Amino acid sequence: MTSVIRFLDVHKSYRVDGREVPALQPFNLDIVDGEVFGIIGHSGAGKSTLIRLINLLERPSGGRILIGDTEMTALPEPALRAQRRRIGMIFQHFNLLASQTVADNVAFPLRLAGERDAEKVRERVDELLARVGLSEHAGKYPSQLSGGQKQRVGIARALANRPDILLCDEATSALDPQTTASVLDLLASINRELKLTIVLITHEMDVVRRICDRVAVLDAGCIVESGTVADVFLHPRHATTRRFVEEALPEEAATAQAPGVAGRVMRLTFRGGATLQPVLSRVMREHGVDFNLLAGRIDRIKDLPYGQLTLALEGADTDAALVALRAAGIEIEEMGA
Amino acid sequence: MIASPLQSLFPNIDDWGELGHACIDTLLMLGGSLALTVLIGLPLGVLLYLTGKGQLRAMPKFYGVVSLLVNVLRSVPFIILMIVLMPVTYALVGTKLGVRGAIPPLVIGAAPFFARLVETALREVQQGVIEAAQAMGASTWQIVRHVLLPEARGGIAAGITVTAIALVGYTAMGGAIGSGGLGDLAYRYGYLSYKSDYMLVTVALLVVLVQLLQMMGDRIVARYKRH
Repeated sequence: MTSVIRFLDVHKSYRVDGREVPALQPFNLDIVDGEVFGIIGHSGAGKSTLIRLINLLERPSGGRILIGDTEMTALPEPALRAQRRRIGMIFQHFNLLASQTVADNVAFPLRLAGERDAEKVRERVDELLARVGLSEHAGKYPSQLSGGQKQRVGIARALANRPDILLCDEATSALDPQTTASVLDLLASINRELKLTIVLITHEMDVVRRICDRVAVLDAGCIVESGTVADVFLHPRHATTRRFVEEALPEEAATAQAPGVAGRVMRLTFRGGATLQPVLSRVMREHGVDFNLLAGRIDRIKDLPYGQLTLALEGADTDAALVALRAAGIEIEEMGA
Repeated sequence: MIASPLQSLFPNIDDWGELGHACIDTLLMLGGSLALTVLIGLPLGVLLYLTGKGQLRAMPKFYGVVSLLVNVLRSVPFIILMIVLMPVTYALVGTKLGVRGAIPPLVIGAAPFFARLVETALREVQQGVIEAAQAMGASTWQIVRHVLLPEARGGIAAGITVTAIALVGYTAMGGAIGSGGLGDLAYRYGYLSYKSDYMLVTVALLVVLVQLLQMMGDRIVARYKRH
């Protein structure tokens, strides 16, 4: 696991009317090769600033930013521009050239990089448009496309110079849920097939759950929690993280807090293989424990199947049952005790 | 001379050739000054845009000075500007009169005006598109050439139309101090000699000219705005 992006003691503040307003408190962060790294936060938390520090659209007020072995913050202007070509970026509002066709938009970064051979440009554009499924729209203008199609053009454009890193700035926030899903699928397949590192910022936990490997939670300029998506999503520690998780699963939070429930309320988390085994019914039968199912869901975090059930347990031997469940690899938390 | 319907309608106009000549002079002044105005005003407008507050090459002091200069040139009435600039005109083109003598003051009067219109048109370009180009490693020059100018071409075309029409007005004013053209005829015959038919014909021709320019401009803008 080699890190491709490293933030070392980076912080950022803006000068507003002669006063320093902090946007990001000093932080360290490593993003490793080939992962999809999510940064989640509410608007104003500093996530746009953070993602723009990677390609230096924003300069840090202090600290060092490394892409591979290159210290971005130390690069002179021409070298920085060359480095930026190795980093693709897509945007919430797509930011396509309205005056150019789809094909010309995708060809734009190639031309900026100095590719003069029209035949080579055409070939590469065809290849990219085929990858994002827009081959038949090459001659259209952005205004003739839907939001999802525009974002696909943005993705094709971002991939044109074969970057190592793709930055996604709220790439699905302007799209409807169905289009969001298809754009996320496309990003996930690009990550898999091109071995590209993806950094994305979002305010939706669902986006993180679907495609990210790891996540950092940003709150008022601080990274308050970070880790694998499964850990953060299934066992959120910080209040902000918990709110994000509840936003993604609203009905669950409501039922688990229903009054008048008898017994010990426990939350069981199954991950991976355990989700697919009949562990729960076997253990409960063996220990003579009755359970009342209060809330639950079985779903996936990226490719990892998981289940999370909130149960009220009644019976003589609940402790022994819990030990047996833990032994089977099930994570257990006592709720509201 | 055979009495023609034209002659009975406009009894004072005895030399239609002179009128035709004046038309050509006006068109020459317009064409020459418009070309030079765009040539000077476009880079000046880009410079104003780039050095403006919060832009790619923000230079507040430089912007302030250029902006002031542009405003000064824009606030001097054109007729005064022509007179003030006479020595400059003479030094530049060797005469203060005729089509050649008219072009330097026309350009100096119109270029700052056009530069402002270009600056405004460039500000309409979405900041996000510029940011995307920066993220792709574009230099400032590449952004100007491949993003700002193509994206703002509708606004710039509209600016050229407005400037061309303003220049028609300026050329007519120039007639009063010896530039020739339709304004000269309107002033000398129509105003000073009370030949109101001259006034009518020259003004009608100017109206047609302005109308044609506006129609052409609108057509070009509409083509660019389609996308």
